[in-house]
Amino acid sequence: MTTIAATPGDLSHSDDHHDADHKPSFFARWFMSTNHKDIGTLYLIFAITAGIIGGAISGLMRLELAQPGIQYLQTWASWHNSMAGQGAASLDEAYHMWNVLITAHGLIMVFFMVMPAMIGGFGNWFIPLMIGAPDMAFPRMNNVSFWLTAVAFIMLLGSSFVPGGTGLGAGTGWTVYAPLSTSGSIGPAVDMAIFSLHLAGAASILGAINFIATILNMRAPGMTLHKMPLFVWSVLVTAFLLLLALPVLAAAITMLLVDRNFGGAFFDAAAGGDPVLYQHLFWFFGHPEVYIMILPGFGMVSQIVATFSRKPVFGYLGMAYAMVMIGVIGFVVWAHHMFTTGLSVNVKMYFTAATMVIAVPTGIKIFSWIATMWGGSVSFKTPMMWALGFIFMFTVGGVTGVVLANGGIDDALHDTYYVVGHFHYVLSLGAVFSLFAGFYYWFPKMSGKMYNEFLGQLHFWVFFVGVNMIFFPMHFLGQSGMPRRIPDYPVAFAYWNEIASYGYAVMAAGAAIFLVNIVYSLAAGRRAEGNPWGEGATTLEWTLSSPPPFHQFETLPQIK
Amino acid sequence: MNSPKSLLPKSLLIALSLALVPGAASAAVSPNSAALAQTAPAQAVPAEAAPLETAAPLPQAGQATDGSINTQPAATVPDDGSLPGYTPMKPTAGIGMPQYGEMDFQKQFSETGQYAKWINNTILLPLIVAISLFVLALLGWVIVRYRRSANAEPSRTTHNTFVEVIWTLVPALILVGIAVPSIDLLAKQYNPPPKGSLTVKATGYQWYWGYTYPDNGGFEVVSNMLPEDQATARGEPYKLAVDNRMVVPAGVPIRMQTTGADVIHSFAVPSLWFKMDAVPGRLNEKELFITKPGVYYGQCSELCGARHGFMPITVEALPPAQFAAWVRAQGGTMPGDVPAAPAAAATEAAPADGGVSTSNPAALQQKAGQPGAATNVTE
Repeated sequence: MTTIAATPGDLSHSDDHHDADHKPSFFARWFMSTNHKDIGTLYLIFAITAGIIGGAISGLMRLELAQPGIQYLQTWASWHNSMAGQGAASLDEAYHMWNVLITAHGLIMVFFMVMPAMIGGFGNWFIPLMIGAPDMAFPRMNNVSFWLTAVAFIMLLGSSFVPGGTGLGAGTGWTVYAPLSTSGSIGPAVDMAIFSLHLAGAASILGAINFIATILNMRAPGMTLHKMPLFVWSVLVTAFLLLLALPVLAAAITMLLVDRNFGGAFFDAAAGGDPVLYQHLFWFFGHPEVYIMILPGFGMVSQIVATFSRKPVFGYLGMAYAMVMIGVIGFVVWAHHMFTTGLSVNVKMYFTAATMVIAVPTGIKIFSWIATMWGGSVSFKTPMMWALGFIFMFTVGGVTGVVLANGGIDDALHDTYYVVGHFHYVLSLGAVFSLFAGFYYWFPKMSGKMYNEFLGQLHFWVFFVGVNMIFFPMHFLGQSGMPRRIPDYPVAFAYWNEIASYGYAVMAAGAAIFLVNIVYSLAAGRRAEGNPWGEGATTLEWTLSSPPPFHQFETLPQIK
Repeated sequence: MNSPKSLLPKSLLIALSLALVPGAASAAVSPNSAALAQTAPAQAVPAEAAPLETAAPLPQAGQATDGSINTQPAATVPDDGSLPGYTPMKPTAGIGMPQYGEMDFQKQFSETGQYAKWINNTILLPLIVAISLFVLALLGWVIVRYRRSANAEPSRTTHNTFVEVIWTLVPALILVGIAVPSIDLLAKQYNPPPKGSLTVKATGYQWYWGYTYPDNGGFEVVSNMLPEDQATARGEPYKLAVDNRMVVPAGVPIRMQTTGADVIHSFAVPSLWFKMDAVPGRLNEKELFITKPGVYYGQCSELCGARHGFMPITVEALPPAQFAAWVRAQGGTMPGDVPAAPAAAATEAAPADGGVSTSNPAALQQKAGQPGAATNVTE
């Protein structure tokens, strides 16, 4: 392999630059792309777009929840109706609209923002660069993955304009529980949402196969598994989780389709089925899914902490195998999402204990990040700020997870705002913080321009204050008993809801700074060097120019 | 699978069964029962259901029982939910309901609830705050001590087996420490109710609750959210208050059962630390023990469609004697009562000896809208 690669590299040395930078025409480059960096860029643009839409939806939700009573929903539902050529919305249609909003927010953020950004975006961009490969193993399959995701997103958005039961759109929650999603939602909206999940799932499975094949077969000579950067490890574990979990989701939602359209009764108790079966299938996928959303974030934070501490990662093997362990245990804890469905006491005890075990590998990661900084020479550039924010906020989300793991305690907190607070701390403050960290870290590499440091720091602090204002009070609301997924609430819950809604405004201002920073930096940013971060940045992508040549590593690098 | 066509007969069945409940048809309670009877048909076709604010008794719905009463509401006393021998208890401010700006769990009125709240507030909460502050302190230390201006030359340390073992073992031991009371709590929560406990079955419908009392003649109380003006008139919190409460005795164990008639709902009362899903085709069961008489509010806690946020739960716990009076006001029987009048026979649900078993589970099951439910899983 090395000899073959070395020969053409030697021959083309004189016009190396020309070959490596030969780009196809605009349409061929962006619509028929086989280049991992271009596909990564497409994924990132897609994820930012979906994030703006999903974030705007949460803005609508926070606006309606800012005070008790229904203030805006009916007006919005009427607008929404008029877009689909229907008349003014009834109050029930307004309530249904609420369910459509929460469903869309969840599905968009999970399947069309976090996953495409982490795996499709940063995974595509940096897995080949970090392992010293010229591209992904299956470049055309890579392209198929992206366009399936894009079509899935259009399908989901389209579902909100067709009937879904009480009103337009699928109002089943992102979990699509039967029988609300079968006999409880008449109309094509839920079918469209299910097809959207099928397409997004197929895209992710193809992507997972691609990453596994790439990482296992295309590492540069000398890069053993135990020399891979931790981000590569994290994507490898994530890809296996995707490969094992998504087919189960596909099966579950296909069974929904059969129940809905072909007289099936998998989840229909009246014909001998069981609605709880759906929940087992869904959460067998759903729990690994939350690790799918956070593991690449772990990987990015590891790279960033090491880079800005100018110190190698502390306890590399422990870090890598902690992720493997989290992935494995993630498959045997699913029923803690179902503590109130009527599980037997022994089952509940098992899932309580198994769930708490996950805190151990997670703790290893938190402490190893701190130990990486310990004794280092730490600088606080924007990516490092986001990584530090991630470590603390993820800890807060993790410890409330330990509380929720207790089946007996969960009886009070299940399906309350405490749960909403918990999973937004690990996702909105965990996964999203790691995405921002990765974005600022690799923006110079991807664009060839430096981001604006002042705007980056401002973005961090405004966003940090905003999301904590939104999500911390939710723990109080949940302890006080406020259920999730309701458009209106008793007056007693008004105080913390109002604060959370103000928090949204702060967060939105932070997100706006981010967008300004992107536009400003792309237009007027300083030119970035190949390695803008200095001696701490030791992975292979920093040995290339910024942006890297269109085709890199025509001569494979040798890892010592 | 439930098709829209099958929903209408089912709701008519519910209305019919309500009309057959002994006493429900008597003139004194007909304003209530008329309201009950109309609610189910009005919601049979979701898209055309009346807006929530107008869900108060409608004239055309009264036909199932006695329409004339509805046209002359002035002839009856103000509707505060009273029955002969029973006046709804006034809620106590701050008891059994969330409070404005509250940060903690609600005050608990069940033994397992008090234990669970104690575990959280005495063990878990201090622990998670301490862990978070510990991580924050470590971060603060490395930020200050190892900032580039304070430490220009980084060390190259990448391993220290001792600390790695410590930060693996200590969290594991802490978790074992948490698991002990946690498992104990679970065991206590799953103590089966003693033989002979009063059985109350909560059935979730889109979008209201039905409470069946199989040991007391099998009548079902249908419980809808009160509109704002009526809730205010009764001195109850809007969006938590209901027209007909789930009335139970305080200080005695209750066999609480839940099931769903259409989609999954969840019966949840925060001040009792009680939450159990109401799943179609399943009968979930757990002990409910309320230590003190009082009014305890809750809300449906599983997304169940458009009006998921508007099917609250009100539990009224009464001293056993007053509970018996309420049962008789509903036309039901208490264990030991002489066999009821012929009207009761129509329900086929009043065992002569007042035994604890549900005399006709099939009939009850049918009322819940699951004629062919194959499995009654009792946990």
